[in-house]
Amino acid sequence: MLCMLCKKNLATVHLTQMVDPDKIQKVDLCEDCANKKGVKSDISFALADQFLSASQEIAQAAGGVEVRCPGCGFTQADFKKAGRLGCAQCYPTFAEGLESLLKSMHKGIKHIGKVPAALRQGRDLSERLKHLQKKLDRAVTAEDFEQAAGLRDEIKAAKEQLDNMLAR
Amino acid sequence: MNIHDFLCPPVESARRTGPHDRIVMSSRVRLARNLRGLAFPGWAKKSERVKALDIIRPAVEGLPQLTGAFSETMDNLGPLDKQILVERHLISREHAAKSSGSGLILNKEESLCVMINEEDHLRMQALRPGLQLRQAWMSIDQVDSDLERKLDYAFSPELGYLTACPTNLGTGIRVSAMLHLPGLVLHEQITQIISSVNRLGMAVRGLYGEGTEALGNVFQVSNQMTLGEIETDIVERLNKVLLQIIEHEENARGVLLEKRPKIVYNQIGRAYGILANAHSIASKETMNLLSLMRLGVDLGEFPNAQRALIDELFVITQPAHLQKQFTEKLVAEERDLLRADMLRERLRDVSRPNPKPAGGSGAALDKRN
Repeated sequence: MLCMLCKKNLATVHLTQMVDPDKIQKVDLCEDCANKKGVKSDISFALADQFLSASQEIAQAAGGVEVRCPGCGFTQADFKKAGRLGCAQCYPTFAEGLESLLKSMHKGIKHIGKVPAALRQGRDLSERLKHLQKKLDRAVTAEDFEQAAGLRDEIKAAKEQLDNMLAR
Repeated sequence: MNIHDFLCPPVESARRTGPHDRIVMSSRVRLARNLRGLAFPGWAKKSERVKALDIIRPAVEGLPQLTGAFSETMDNLGPLDKQILVERHLISREHAAKSSGSGLILNKEESLCVMINEEDHLRMQALRPGLQLRQAWMSIDQVDSDLERKLDYAFSPELGYLTACPTNLGTGIRVSAMLHLPGLVLHEQITQIISSVNRLGMAVRGLYGEGTEALGNVFQVSNQMTLGEIETDIVERLNKVLLQIIEHEENARGVLLEKRPKIVYNQIGRAYGILANAHSIASKETMNLLSLMRLGVDLGEFPNAQRALIDELFVITQPAHLQKQFTEKLVAEERDLLRADMLRERLRDVSRPNPKPAGGSGAALDKRN
């Protein structure tokens, strides 16, 4: 297991912290990062703080400036203060720091629940298009022009459907 | 329209029934949604919040499920109105603190309630009496499916519905039930139950949600995780846990009656004594004592009282509801006097508890009037 902060060294310091009476978060760090964070001294520390300030440090070291959401101007310092994000775009912007947080609070980090119907239909339709295209390629290779003509019509119809959907 | 003319009188709402309503007071499923391209309410400028409200409000009002609904912006509701909505569990305390740029839409049956610009742009909830999580989910799922045709939701294929707080990310679902658990409290098993429910990834909170105490032995149980699991699994998992808690509560009541009946009868008798005879009583004490009377009704100790009466008193003795009945502004001490007057009056015809009901508790419950 790699250290969650530097992501280079082997994690040898494992911490579990109660955030709420019913919420437990885990951290795995290497010796160096643990020392740097003063984890070894028995003083308790706030986990979210560790992460956010750490990834902020990394970002600052890399770019020299604090990461700011291009959508709403939100910074990680704001997140630490409010515990809420600024807008939908904050998720990709702060993805790195958020991932471990999400891991600690949820069952998984990939959404498997409801998807808006329009999106689902669009996804299904583009998959159908890909499938039809493959069939068409095969038909052309096999010189089955009758089937190819039929497939071309189907593809055209599916494309129109997809365009209509996107235009809405 | 005035919210008070719209709201269902507590005497009627207390009569709503549902499966397991002896223990499960109500079920709720809420979904959090946000609009693409606008900052979340907590970070948005006022103009942006107003913009979101202006987009969302007509879309919600246009839903067939919300025909004839009450719709108002939060700045047009007075502090007393808002507190009454909180006491009825229709809006969160956080939403009650909102003003212009936030809104509320509530249907006549009080089974659908949409908060606009609470922590997220949209917080929609379906409410049902008793244990009806699946029904509540189906109802709110339909509302959400109808709304997604009109609104452009902030959604990511990887992370699902994007919410202001990462704890709601993914499905944005919070499934919860309000449970009346006097047996587990009296039997001193409640802490144990709470910690095992916590270990299953569910939260147990007090009467008014986050950070509130469990007044009147009422606890709110809800899911914590919202990402990496599908909605129906979350609903089913909570349902299973609730059925187990119900069983534990029934067992605790049975064991208490068998092994320590005097403790139970003593508590219920004293609760009745104070509620029916006090001349000054605070809101918290009222709730805790009403909880014991409710237990007494369940156990058949009050053959001529119905649970609906207790549930009604549970609502109308709370501060804002009490204040609403009087035009002049009351201080807490005055409310305590008026609350006691009301309780004495309403409990006048309820006879003293009878610890050994003839024909068992079930038969006694059916003997009305």
